Amino acid sequence: MEIVLAAAIGVLTTSGVWLVLRPRTFQVIVGLTLLSYAVTLCIFATGGLRIGAEPVLREKAGELVNYADPLPQALVLTAIVISFATTALLLVVILAARGLTGVDHVDGKDRD
Amino acid sequence: MAAHLPVLPILLPLLIGALLLLTGGRRRRLEAALAVGGCIVLLVAAVALARAVDAGDGSLAITNRLGNWPSAVAIVLVADRLAALMVLLASTLGLLNTAFALSRWSRLGPYYNALSQFLLMGLNGAFLTGDLFNLFVFFEILLAASYGLLLHGSGERRVSVGLHYIALNLAASLLFLIGVSAIFGVTGTLNMAMLAERIPALPDGTRGLLHAGAAVLAIAFLTKAAAWPLGFWLPRAYEAAVPPAAAMFAIMTKVGVYAILRLGFLLFGADAGASAGFGRGWVFTAGVVTLAVGVVGILAARDLGRLAGYSLLISVGTLLGMIVFADAAAIAGGLFYLVVSTLGVAAFFLLSGLIGPDGGDTFTDPPLLEAYDPEEEAGLFTEEDERPVVISAPVGILSAGFLICTLLIAGIPPLPGFLAKVAMLAPLLAAPEGPLPGAATLLAVLVIGSSLLSLIALARAGIQIWWAEPNRIPPTIRLGEAAPLALLMLALLVLTVTAQAPLGFMQRTAAELSEPGRYIEAVLSGDAGS
Repeated sequence: MEIVLAAAIGVLTTSGVWLVLRPRTFQVIVGLTLLSYAVTLCIFATGGLRIGAEPVLREKAGELVNYADPLPQALVLTAIVISFATTALLLVVILAARGLTGVDHVDGKDRD
Repeated sequence: MAAHLPVLPILLPLLIGALLLLTGGRRRRLEAALAVGGCIVLLVAAVALARAVDAGDGSLAITNRLGNWPSAVAIVLVADRLAALMVLLASTLGLLNTAFALSRWSRLGPYYNALSQFLLMGLNGAFLTGDLFNLFVFFEILLAASYGLLLHGSGERRVSVGLHYIALNLAASLLFLIGVSAIFGVTGTLNMAMLAERIPALPDGTRGLLHAGAAVLAIAFLTKAAAWPLGFWLPRAYEAAVPPAAAMFAIMTKVGVYAILRLGFLLFGADAGASAGFGRGWVFTAGVVTLAVGVVGILAARDLGRLAGYSLLISVGTLLGMIVFADAAAIAGGLFYLVVSTLGVAAFFLLSGLIGPDGGDTFTDPPLLEAYDPEEEAGLFTEEDERPVVISAPVGILSAGFLICTLLIAGIPPLPGFLAKVAMLAPLLAAPEGPLPGAATLLAVLVIGSSLLSLIALARAGIQIWWAEPNRIPPTIRLGEAAPLALLMLALLVLTVTAQAPLGFMQRTAAELSEPGRYIEAVLSGDAGS
């Protein structure tokens, strides 16, 4: 399971970095989104990977080994909300830049 | 009461900002009263906090665990001397900028005052938090507010610079999260005091991951501090922002410096076992190169906004070079320089907005909303008015301000810029143990050289503005703009005359920083009682 998760994070990061370095604003924003997915998975993985483990202690407190670490999940939730909001803001700025310059190049003008 | 004082600098701007959103930008008087009133109360709270923290020499930092949860899961706010100092600096700057912006700049678009309140909230939160993840949250709050402030006034140039700024900061925030998650994965906590406690005892197998996480985190901080090679965005972005926003941003780079200073001493201080002193050489190198790049930039800058941006880079470079010395006297000098250079560069940004665009830059002044027509103004002086050599009041005020800023930034006596540089250089010349061999000498030479070269650059700009261009549009200044500037200058003057008291506070701050045990005890001792 670890190798699958690690590969997923790696692929998302690679694609994200490549897209962020592209010259079109749309590619940049998709790249940043992919990067934020990779980071989300990365934070999630720091709590350890367990299948079927509950994050919240219920009825009786059993062995702690059977429960998932709830802290990374709380962190992930915060990180998702924040990166969602800032990405939405970036989208608005990109649309404004497109409207003002007429091109979707990140520098506001095409090279050629 | 004193135990809850650290919450106030965060909640107060949040409340005022929310109220300002409700006014909807239509009731100007109410808005102005709210914004300035809120900033004054915030300043009073910051002074009270600094006094409470500084009471008694051996006192511990004030810790507040919101909701009284145990510190492993609580949102912990810690106010020690360093945090109180930074909050005080942010509040001072906030008050002056808010008052300055009221007369002209805040009306260029909606919600300027609300955004600057949220920026203050994020700044104060970042300084006061005792937890890495909340540091991230407050960073995001201040960044989100700064995006709005940078775009304030709109226009093609601001939007295109804003696009770069937001994309870059989003990427840096993701690096921040990767660093935080790596550190959490290794240590199982994000509370800074608990981290400091656990790091010396880490098994050697996981220490590499901890260092990797810390290094990624430091890259995020260095991006925000605009250190070379991560700081190319700064001069363009700050030049494009409206002057009061740029002046407020002068402290944002210091948040990155603050984070490195705090974590460097707490997590990788002398007590950190095998991790002691991790990364110091790298931060020093980044600082020294930033300083050199800033000097080259300030010599090449053709307009005032750039000049101010590069002088900000010089101050960041100097600070990054200083804070890696594990020497209390050097750190105290560095802190004094931090305060003085932040205020000086902020004043310079404000002035650059009033003096107007310089040289052949195509960037035009933001449109003034008052009836002010340069051509009409120029028409008042016909050939009959023989133009007697009279220096008008605005020119007098602005050129005096420019002179003071030059002295501050270059570090010429008698202003505190000079005192700060002496306070930094004196311990450096005693050659304390640095991160790299010869580091102290190198930094001292560079700091002195940067003083001379920025003096040359600023004097050249001054000659061009005040003496060489007879056909300039006469600058205007309003009382609402002159008063905050005068207050800022007055504050700096007071800082010169009574330098002993602030310098003493910095020395106690540096001493407290060198003993991370006191911070750890202050945070963790509260748990025993609950």
